[in-house]
Amino acid sequence: MEILRNIGTYAIVFAVGGGLCAIAELLIVRTKLTPARILVIFLIVGIALEGIGVYDYIFEVCKCGISVPIVGFGAALAKGSIEMAKSVGFIGAFAGGLVRTAYGVGVAIFMSYLVTLLFTAKAK
Amino acid sequence: MSENTNSVSARNAEYNEYVNTVTPRTSIPKALFHSFTIGGLTCVIGQAIGDIVKIISPTMSKDMIGNITSMILVTVAILFTGLGFFDVIARQGGAGSFLPITGFANAMASASMEFKTEGLIFGTSVKLFSVVGPVVVNGIVWSTVAGLLNLWIMGL
Repeated sequence: MEILRNIGTYAIVFAVGGGLCAIAELLIVRTKLTPARILVIFLIVGIALEGIGVYDYIFEVCKCGISVPIVGFGAALAKGSIEMAKSVGFIGAFAGGLVRTAYGVGVAIFMSYLVTLLFTAKAK
Repeated sequence: MSENTNSVSARNAEYNEYVNTVTPRTSIPKALFHSFTIGGLTCVIGQAIGDIVKIISPTMSKDMIGNITSMILVTVAILFTGLGFFDVIARQGGAGSFLPITGFANAMASASMEFKTEGLIFGTSVKLFSVVGPVVVNGIVWSTVAGLLNLWIMGL
């Protein structure tokens, strides 16, 4: 039973994550939106979902299908900001998003710098 | 004068038609399928990392598992970028490779590597956020708005 439920979860993760990427691809092909704009749109969707409080319910079902795409990054920023605003007062709203996403962003900056020192980009 | 503009617009129309015939047609269903597969697989790998972390350390909080999952995904994506594997995936994956957090990491690392030639300070350090800047800036601005709105609406 446990294994069956796991397979179900993975199927949902695959379908939701893939579906979001397919929507983004469709936006690229069908409209003149650039990837950067699409990323910002999906990010703001994530912030809005967390802002109105429905993201947690979606996450319970979709797990990494919603949290690995950039939507999850937006939701984490908003969650941090909302929680910190509640615990520290309104100044917390300015810090909370960064605090909550600092693990991912920190490691991304550190690793990018390290990789740049170690490797040189191949000529394209 | 009007004749002149007419001929210019006619030439432009002709040229646009020519461009349309020359631009390679990407098959939409194929591109969608590739994005779907690559994006879906990235999320499945993320889920698997989270599940493995949970088995190794059952007492860990949900938030921490999420943090570690994204840290591992980001690290692997940046190493792939450095080794040149990510370009191979990105060429096939389209949106499937840039929408997940791995694409965010790749954009950061590739910008940073590309400008290495201009020096570590004015190249790498300045251009590190040249691609992901919009995401970080909009993310911080709008999440702050969300935090403030939530506080004031709930406070009333």
